[in-house]
Amino acid sequence: MIEWALAACVALVAAAGLYLASSRDLVAMIVGLALLGSAVNLFVFAAGRLGQAVPPIVEAGAAGAAVANPVPQALVLTAIVIGFAFACFGIALALALAAYDHRADADALEQAEPPPRPDGDPGELP
Amino acid sequence: MSSLLIATPVLVPLFTAALTVALARRPRRQRAASAAGALLLLLCCAALLHDAIGGAVTTARFGEWAAPFAIVFRIDRAAALMLTVNAVLALAVLAYPGRGGALATPFGPPLAHGLLAGAGGAYATADLFNLYVWFEIMLIAALGLIVAGRKPAQLEAGLKYLVLNLFGTVVLLAAVAGLYGLTGQLNYEALARALAGRGKDPLALLLGALLLLALLIKAGAFPFLFWLPAAYPVLPAPVQALFTALSTKVGAYALLRVLHDVFPAGAPAYSEALGWIAAATMVAGVMGAVYHYDLRRILAFHSVSQMGYILLAAALGGVAGIAAALFFSIHHILVKANLYLIAGMIARRGGHHDLRRIGALAHSDRALAILFALSAAALVGIPPLSGFWAKLLVLREGFGQERYLWTALALCTGALTLLSMAKIWIEAFWKPHPAAPAVQAAYPPGAWAACGLLSLLALAMGLMPGPLIDFLYAAAGTMAAPPAGGAP
Repeated sequence: MIEWALAACVALVAAAGLYLASSRDLVAMIVGLALLGSAVNLFVFAAGRLGQAVPPIVEAGAAGAAVANPVPQALVLTAIVIGFAFACFGIALALALAAYDHRADADALEQAEPPPRPDGDPGELP
Repeated sequence: MSSLLIATPVLVPLFTAALTVALARRPRRQRAASAAGALLLLLCCAALLHDAIGGAVTTARFGEWAAPFAIVFRIDRAAALMLTVNAVLALAVLAYPGRGGALATPFGPPLAHGLLAGAGGAYATADLFNLYVWFEIMLIAALGLIVAGRKPAQLEAGLKYLVLNLFGTVVLLAAVAGLYGLTGQLNYEALARALAGRGKDPLALLLGALLLLALLIKAGAFPFLFWLPAAYPVLPAPVQALFTALSTKVGAYALLRVLHDVFPAGAPAYSEALGWIAAATMVAGVMGAVYHYDLRRILAFHSVSQMGYILLAAALGGVAGIAAALFFSIHHILVKANLYLIAGMIARRGGHHDLRRIGALAHSDRALAILFALSAAALVGIPPLSGFWAKLLVLREGFGQERYLWTALALCTGALTLLSMAKIWIEAFWKPHPAAPAVQAAYPPGAWAACGLLSLLALAMGLMPGPLIDFLYAAAGTMAAPPAGGAP
């Protein structure tokens, strides 16, 4: 039951993330990627299996009851921190671009790759 | 002691990065510290290579955890050689004066060493999640270098680089998590054992394909190549040279590792698709290079095209294929980085990067013309230069496996490479200057030192390929047949 609920959650968040990431608005694009990252984080967490178990702190020598798998928890913490840093950097970058030309639009990004001239020759970079 | 040495490809650049941050307000000392760090890194990598030459595989388990649980660094012949090539390149790039470029700002040296640390970790690690972390470190350092100049074009390039590569790392993380959920392992050796019998298991194949997809995005392969020609052309020459070694090649190397070290059972299932992707990458890249007139854009599209050869060798597989991919990577790192640096010198002398605005350099700059001609001929693959042997190794294996169509496409790509290099030669060096040339800046000795060092190395590789090819065949042998027993 809980597995299906989590799977649905991952699918929903990933779908929302992909939808936003394919947007033309730069900030929405970055937020979408961050959402996609969150969906993957949930997936990482689920890779350690779901279920009721005691925390993985075991006395020395005590052979175990069902303990939770600590590895995915460590992995997901790392991934959350990295993903958050990238989301912050990306939003700052998108805002800096928006401040430059006052429209945070993916179609307006023609500085780094100037379009061809009217006669078909390649455009000129500064 | 050996576990300290094996960690130096990460520790030395990280320590140097911290030191250069502390010296950010003293540019001269910062540059000195940065150069000293690169030199120390080269010495450590050379020591690792010396240990690895006989075939010894150095491993270190951090935290003294038992075999499959610890994060493992493992350096064999291939990893040691690639690390050494990177260190040589870093030294050359830091010697090249980056006036007005990202490396000249206080942010430059720490970020460059951060990039080196990420690449060092990616080469040294034998743990899938750890690989993901090193890729993220490389990504954030690379982004810092891209946007450090703060020009609008660079911010835009940074955004494109960020979006496509971030998607790649998200896919990488998903694949790592899926493989962990399937096998309960992250260590390469343990994963290889757990996946050994699963060459036909659809779930394992799907997760493996997801992993390869992520690494193909990192390597700039055909439909995912667009971050590369968007980002490289707006960067200063030394940063381009650094990136050519430290971004796509690391992706290709990780792909080789995954195909032949982690999931060899699945490799036959992927080779067909990978071969076609490689062929498309070669052709798409070289088409862009033929069309464009800006030196930096031509070279960026060439970088894509040459990644196609490396991926083709990886797809062909086997000991010969792996050796060819490694030889091609080393050749391309040396020659292509040199071409980016030479393009920087051409632009400084001619006044512009666009070929339509410069000319007549063959009369005013004979030494530069010779340097460029040598590197361009090596890239095209004119015997006896390094590119000839690199392409020969790939093509011979392609013929050997009766992949005639892929081989024919590779040959056509070679002809178009010649065309676009001849275009640069004619436009920049032979044709008369379209306008009265502006006052030309002379270039400092550091530029000559960097280009001369790289040219000599590439020349040596072309004139005496035998020892290197023998060494790479031995390295490929260890990679294709990882030790089946327990971890040492």
